[in-house]
Amino acid sequence: MGGTSSKLPKDLLSEYQELTFLTKQEILMAHKIFSELQDRENGPYSSRVSMEKVLTLPELKSNPFRKRICHVFSTSDMKDGSLSFEDFLDLLSAFSDSATLEIKSHYAFRIFDFDDDGTLDARDLEKLVNSLTGETDDTRLTAEEMRQLISNILEESDIDKDGTVNLSEFQHVISRSPDFVRSPGIHSPVRRQQHSVFRAQRQAHGTQFRAERTEKRRFGHDVPS
Amino acid sequence: RLILSHLSLQAPQWISEQGRSRGAIISQYCNRTMQLRRRRQSRPSIQHFPRSARPSIRGYGVETDAAGFEEEENKRDRLVNNLQNLSDSDRVRMLRAMPLSLSEKKEMLVLNKAEHSVSQNQIPCCSQLKYYIIIALRHGWYGWLSFLSSLQLWQTALKCVGGRFGTGVLSYFIFLRTLLFFNVFLFLVTGLLLVVPQAITHPDQDQNITVRSSWGLEVLTGAGYFSHSLLYYGYYNNQTLQTGHSCSASGNGTSCSSGLSYNMPLVYFFTIGAAFFITCIILVYSMSKSFGQSFRIDKSKGLLAIKVFSSWDFKVIKKSSVRLQRANIGTQLKELVAEVNRQEQKFPVLQRLFRLFIHMLAWIMCLGSTLACVLAVYYFSEHMHGAASSDPLLKEASLLAVPVVVSSINLLLPGFFNVVAWMEKYDSPSMLNYISISRNLLLKVSVLGVLCYHWLGRVATDPQSLGLECWESFVGQELYRFLLMDFIFMLLDTFFGEFLVFSQKALKRKRKPVFDIARNVLELIYGQTLAWLGVLFSPLLPAVQIIKLLFLFYMKKVSLKMNCQASGKPWRACQMTTIFITLLCFPAFLGATVCVTYTMWSITPSAGCGPFRGLKNMFQAGKRWVHRLAAVNPDLHWLASAHSYLVENPLFLFLCAGIFLIMIYFHSQVVDGQRKIIELLQEQIENVRRESCEYVTVSSSYV
Repeated sequence: MGGTSSKLPKDLLSEYQELTFLTKQEILMAHKIFSELQDRENGPYSSRVSMEKVLTLPELKSNPFRKRICHVFSTSDMKDGSLSFEDFLDLLSAFSDSATLEIKSHYAFRIFDFDDDGTLDARDLEKLVNSLTGETDDTRLTAEEMRQLISNILEESDIDKDGTVNLSEFQHVISRSPDFVRSPGIHSPVRRQQHSVFRAQRQAHGTQFRAERTEKRRFGHDVPS
Repeated sequence: RLILSHLSLQAPQWISEQGRSRGAIISQYCNRTMQLRRRRQSRPSIQHFPRSARPSIRGYGVETDAAGFEEEENKRDRLVNNLQNLSDSDRVRMLRAMPLSLSEKKEMLVLNKAEHSVSQNQIPCCSQLKYYIIIALRHGWYGWLSFLSSLQLWQTALKCVGGRFGTGVLSYFIFLRTLLFFNVFLFLVTGLLLVVPQAITHPDQDQNITVRSSWGLEVLTGAGYFSHSLLYYGYYNNQTLQTGHSCSASGNGTSCSSGLSYNMPLVYFFTIGAAFFITCIILVYSMSKSFGQSFRIDKSKGLLAIKVFSSWDFKVIKKSSVRLQRANIGTQLKELVAEVNRQEQKFPVLQRLFRLFIHMLAWIMCLGSTLACVLAVYYFSEHMHGAASSDPLLKEASLLAVPVVVSSINLLLPGFFNVVAWMEKYDSPSMLNYISISRNLLLKVSVLGVLCYHWLGRVATDPQSLGLECWESFVGQELYRFLLMDFIFMLLDTFFGEFLVFSQKALKRKRKPVFDIARNVLELIYGQTLAWLGVLFSPLLPAVQIIKLLFLFYMKKVSLKMNCQASGKPWRACQMTTIFITLLCFPAFLGATVCVTYTMWSITPSAGCGPFRGLKNMFQAGKRWVHRLAAVNPDLHWLASAHSYLVENPLFLFLCAGIFLIMIYFHSQVVDGQRKIIELLQEQIENVRRESCEYVTVSSSYV
């Protein structure tokens, strides 16, 4: 496979820097990871990566909310959870440490909204609690406990008493929790690679240069990025 | 503000789902940019709301125009227009904070840039230069801020601990870090102003310095070689030091020309006074800040909802960790649900009386044991001072006896209190928490009280009977020994209590011990009280405390990781932090201040050593200087009279205390008012929603 490291154009890079909470280094890393994901697809230039491929990332593999995360950040018309590179950047930006509480709470709300109706009703809350507690029977809540829990949650957070938690009420609850700002950050896949990048960059430059030269000789022109 | 500004009379079924959420976001940000433009200052986002954000009725713009009626394109154009008119940083911040997809944001940016690039070329060159300078300054400022934030001590360690063990344990470590900063501040102040000048001048010492051979014991007792060193009060000179190095700006304005001089007694007095004053201000400020954060004005507790919505840690990757986290959350939710929905059990009268009797018995046992230990400490310290031993080594070792006894009492008696509490059955675990904290606190306060009485009331007033030349140095040594023994006993307790897992047998389930936050925090407060008591007598004591806290941090962290597990109990971290800071301020700091003030005001300093020898009390140093200033400089006579009226007259202090209390009352009334406002607003929200539902049903019946 030749010409693997397709460079991100500089103006796009600066635009992404302005519009997301990621640093330049993180955006480049994200691009690299995304290109690797893409290369496993049939067509190397397809702009979207299917959900199954995205879910092979180690950061998402064991996460009980992985499918919801993909659905929420996906902008595909087919609603299949496939992510383009910009969706992927959105995902990383929302989960980065410097994202505002508002962004985090907005996306957390959408992730927890399993039926996508804009509010968290009792069914959503039940699915949420089941995702949190797990699959095995001894960690799951009994039906009675679940009913009790949901009625407690609604009593605490439903201010307009309509039986559901809407975005404002959710944000109101979250803003009172000192823990929320700390915990919801996906362990960024860009960080896991950052250590190896400084070592690999030297090698990569060398190999890339050599690869480009061989390809130029082979094809007689530049390989499109 | 947050809630009502989102409320509008739109109903979901009129607009498609995808469009509604986008439309709602766009209209919301349109309004925000409008407000931002109007106010020309950054609107505080949800993150910047302090948790006790003061709501007020004015400023609520309830949107009555249904955002769904307007065309989306219209709103978007207005949003883009608003964005253009913001400053660069505001625009970037707005764009980043918008929860829209990246492709949509890019479109808005493109539209923005198209307009902007035209005006960019028309800027004359000098404003462009100013523009570049401002940009460069801003970059520099952000770089400096990020550097500062990266300097935050132990940030990664704290994140790990917090992520794994929860915010309760994290609050302990944060409290430790806060104490460390207090001590660093004290150390810097006393070090720079007292220790360094004294060390530089090397005054000639008349006393014979007897060098002992047993080095190990000296580190523990602080006596021997150390007793005539910078560590203690006795070393410091009472003359005006003639050095070439520093000129104390306040002391010798006129006589600086003859050679730089440094009025040691004055500086000593003022340094200690200023250090305590600044510590007081910092403490009161942090106490009020944490009060604001933890004090829930609205009635609902919100524990369960917060737990469910924010407990998932997305940073956990490994499958086994995920499974563990799920199990933890499941257990915690079950316990929380059980506790929140616990029914108040109605017992028959006889059983209630019996329970009351048991409670009273438990309290009598605890108070009795406290009193017994206090008396034991008192008589034992009297005995130790009286007993004379011929063997010098044994005499030195006997100095350690009282600290050992006190530290073992501090270690063992809380365990006894725990046993007593296990005997009585409390309804709620949080009540149990508070009761055990108060018993522990009572024990420590009484022990410290009796020790202070012993030092200040007996040793200080009659040092000759104990054969002491320099009672201040002796008290400083005692405090040093207490501090050190406290540290050693904490080490032993961590090693035996947490490493060797004694308590596993007592628990029904095979669980690792839970980190006892309350007990550890009270230990920290106790140690800090000793340090504050000792600053006057031993200016380098904060350094000892700093070393102790550093050791303690790493030791506790290691022991935590190896042996403890996360607590399932709902630990109201914010509220407990407030309680701890309050305990640090009120019994601990206040007690230390009272003791130090009493020492400075009423006790005669020893005649043979220290910077205040020859004076009637330490306070005289300041008074003499003021009078001398007034004598030298006739214009400053008002200073002397101000001094005698303000500082020496207790009426002024009572006035200050009265004003302080009035301010507290005023603030509590304000909080009450805000609570009422919040209740009214919640009712209003409910009513509006109900009305809008009725409106929908009524209008749809006409369709």
